[in-house]
Amino acid sequence: MARLAGVDLPRNKKAFIALTYIYGIGRTRALEILDKANISYDTRVSDLSDEEIAGLRNVLSDYTLEGELRAEIQLNIKRLMDIGSYRGIRHRKGLPVRGQQTQTNARTRKGKRKTVAGKKKATK
Amino acid sequence: MARSLKKGPYVHHKLQKKVDAINAGGKKSVIKTWSRASMITPDFVGHTFAVHNGNKFIPVYVTENMVGHKLGEFSPTRNFKGHAAKKK
Repeated sequence: MARLAGVDLPRNKKAFIALTYIYGIGRTRALEILDKANISYDTRVSDLSDEEIAGLRNVLSDYTLEGELRAEIQLNIKRLMDIGSYRGIRHRKGLPVRGQQTQTNARTRKGKRKTVAGKKKATK
Repeated sequence: MARSLKKGPYVHHKLQKKVDAINAGGKKSVIKTWSRASMITPDFVGHTFAVHNGNKFIPVYVTENMVGHKLGEFSPTRNFKGHAAKKK
């Protein structure tokens, strides 16, 4: 029904939750946007009138969202890598960027465990 | 926490003096520095700094994109070359 900022059409959800389906909008921004568009937080998406959707579209045009936002983030990371800064190097190596420990954990950045051929067990 | 805007970017005063001297018409030369915490300001662009990493000085050529970063970010203090190969 409602198609905003590209591909998103969540229905049967309250408006402020539905907005968070758009990349770049969390709960805080969703409430902010609904305030600007003068829509009650609790209206279901299916109950939105055409004028309200037009109003939303108007407000959303002020934000960087979806593909545009993803491109911007990639560009920022690319810049860090190109200038050879510490953060760029960590991105290149796929390790945590913000100083977290890596002896254990850090699996989100490092991905699945890669077992290195083990040491021989000490024989008695 | 970010540094207060009131203070402006941190640049070690001796480093600033050396950069000013070069900008004021000195000949270009590599600036040796230990001041890894100094912010790169626009008047650093185009100079080469030898930034200490605790062991030796790493040459860093400053480009426009680096403004706002700190010198130490470009002079890695740890250099992991991979685990030693298993001896046979």
